Amino acid sequence: MSDLRSFDVELIHQPAYLDPQTSVLPTFALLRQDGKLYSGAKAPPLSKELALKIHDTFLFIRALDERMLASQRQGRISFYMTETGEEASDICSTAALDPDDLIMAQYREQGALAFRGFTVDQFMNQIFSNEKDLGKGRQMPIHYGSHELNYLTISSPLATQIPQATGYAYGFKQQGKKNCVICYFGEGAASEGDFHAALNMAGVLRVPVIFFCRNNGYAISTPVHEQLAGDGVAGRGPGYGLKTLRVDGNDALAVYEATRLARKMAVEDNQPVLIESMTYRLGAHSSSDDPSGYRSRNEEDKWRKKDPVARFRQWLIHQGWWTEEEDEARQAEHRQAVVEAMKRAEKIPKSPLEDMFTDVYKELPWHLEEQLEEAKVHIRKYADIYPTTAGRLKS
Amino acid sequence: MSDKNLLQAVNEALDMAMQADERVLCFGEDVGAFGGVFRATSHLQEKYGKSRCFNTPLTEQGIIGFANGLAVQGQVPVAEIQFADYIFPAFDQIVNETAKYRYRSGNEFNVGSLTIRAPYGGGIHGGLYHSQSPEAYFTHTPGLKVVIPRNPEQAKGLLLASIRDPDPVLFFEPKKLYRASTGPVPEEDYELPLGQAEILREGTDITLVAWGAQMQAIEKAADLAAEEGISCEVIDLRCLLPWDRDTLAASVKKTGRLIINHEAPKTSGFGAEIAASLQEVCFLYLESPIMRVTGWDTPFPLALQNEYLPNEWRTLDAIHASMNY
Repeated sequence: MSDLRSFDVELIHQPAYLDPQTSVLPTFALLRQDGKLYSGAKAPPLSKELALKIHDTFLFIRALDERMLASQRQGRISFYMTETGEEASDICSTAALDPDDLIMAQYREQGALAFRGFTVDQFMNQIFSNEKDLGKGRQMPIHYGSHELNYLTISSPLATQIPQATGYAYGFKQQGKKNCVICYFGEGAASEGDFHAALNMAGVLRVPVIFFCRNNGYAISTPVHEQLAGDGVAGRGPGYGLKTLRVDGNDALAVYEATRLARKMAVEDNQPVLIESMTYRLGAHSSSDDPSGYRSRNEEDKWRKKDPVARFRQWLIHQGWWTEEEDEARQAEHRQAVVEAMKRAEKIPKSPLEDMFTDVYKELPWHLEEQLEEAKVHIRKYADIYPTTAGRLKS
Repeated sequence: MSDKNLLQAVNEALDMAMQADERVLCFGEDVGAFGGVFRATSHLQEKYGKSRCFNTPLTEQGIIGFANGLAVQGQVPVAEIQFADYIFPAFDQIVNETAKYRYRSGNEFNVGSLTIRAPYGGGIHGGLYHSQSPEAYFTHTPGLKVVIPRNPEQAKGLLLASIRDPDPVLFFEPKKLYRASTGPVPEEDYELPLGQAEILREGTDITLVAWGAQMQAIEKAADLAAEEGISCEVIDLRCLLPWDRDTLAASVKKTGRLIINHEAPKTSGFGAEIAASLQEVCFLYLESPIMRVTGWDTPFPLALQNEYLPNEWRTLDAIHASMNY
């Protein structure tokens, strides 16, 4: 396929440059905003149980995001990022996977982790960076990870996880495991060199990976037209030999179905896939950002009417699987659970001093042992400057 | 025990590692059927198949990103960067990802099985981009191990140990010695310890320390000094991170003098770390300032390569300066 030096290529004798304007990929959509299917659209094979689990995760994430953003504003936590408006992208794609498939996220995919079973207390312990955090309180809030749930720990440098996804997927192929990797990233991250490296290597080495781009219109303040000149991110997939689909990211059913088929191709044929999920970042980039400086309320309102959670709820109600009353009651339960977990997490102490030095290497090398001792001597001497760590030092 | 050159020793280590553990995979640019531009991976694809020894597209950040992913999945990647000069596109993956994987995840995940091999160093008319010694960029990064062998026997034992070490290792191979350095290499599978310096020659007047191809410079300088009746203790550091301060400190406490030799530029080179650390622990024993004989603070030149390299004559000059201080 990629060796173009053969002698039997098609020749043309007029210079017909490919016009990027004429090769725009369509968007796959099943569900209208009123919760009914488009005519000609067919609902994917989605059980009532799975559909309700998806919606329950939607409601939990809404409750978590709302409360945590408020907590950041109150100064109770240092930082937060919501995924409001994008819940269908990560939650419905993860719902289409096997629990043993690996998730590599950017940072706006807490819904995928919640769907996998990360508990409200585990979220809180990470956000409050207390000693029960699986990451031992070392990383900023929202940098979650769980070995048990096959959710790779998030890191801040953008796009670095994308070539790692290619490598991890190669490992699955090498071991003959019938699993795939899903790798999430935003359209801004797709401008990094690692995106190019990863998709090219995945195409050449043929690995079971799904690259899932959340194209939400903005990278912090940078609108997508200052990010991409071609046909979005999906337009690049075929150039790397990837099966590619653009999907309505606010359509839970379309995202689920697109990912279900992508997984089949990845796992059965080692065919790498690119999905571009067209959505909108309804919230600010992070708790450190104010979008009113670079976009209009009018634009936000238009997208708020395309809310993926409300759309899916309408579908569930049409199916006879859910009611408005159940919805309101469940929302209240989640809010309550989040507040209670927050109170518990706030009371758990920070990690002991030793946790600053361990895990740099598997074993503590001599120079870190020496520095730990040096830190202990200093902290004991100035115990009033470092009251919490000093109080926990073993004598 | 038969004589081999350094490349053959590297090839043998890779072969044995792949033989012993099917999770070991070798990849990089031109590493596959061709066996690498230096032939370090010769015949490995033939023996172990295309899925375990293969070419990658020409992308250093991709190679190391891919290797990180393989390592965290549980495979044992041995990634090759064709020249250490071209490791910089992968700097972000190595420094922000490889080095911090275990720490940032609270040991939920790690890439400890990763080894990155790269030919490094000058003396082969390589000009700016086929001569660099970038080790100090990496010794400034907690979470990495940095290993450099000086001859075939060391290369095999240190590479096998690096591949099996539970932490990610950068393994720099002095390419000037690939074919120039030959010597006896044990036939069996063996490992040399990481983090331990080796005293090659005991002496009483002054300590000389180097690594990689520069070991030849300080050994020759020690020979020249011996003719004048100066007794040099010659040490190969072998592992730069973590490094063996105790062995060096014991030597300096005995001799009272220290010269550090490395090819990389002087300012912020690893010699600075050694000098600073040893003055902390040997202050009362030092008879003269710790001296550094290094590459100049310039890019690595082509025509004036011999004037750039910190050879035995410059080392001898420093020995005189130290002894007469």
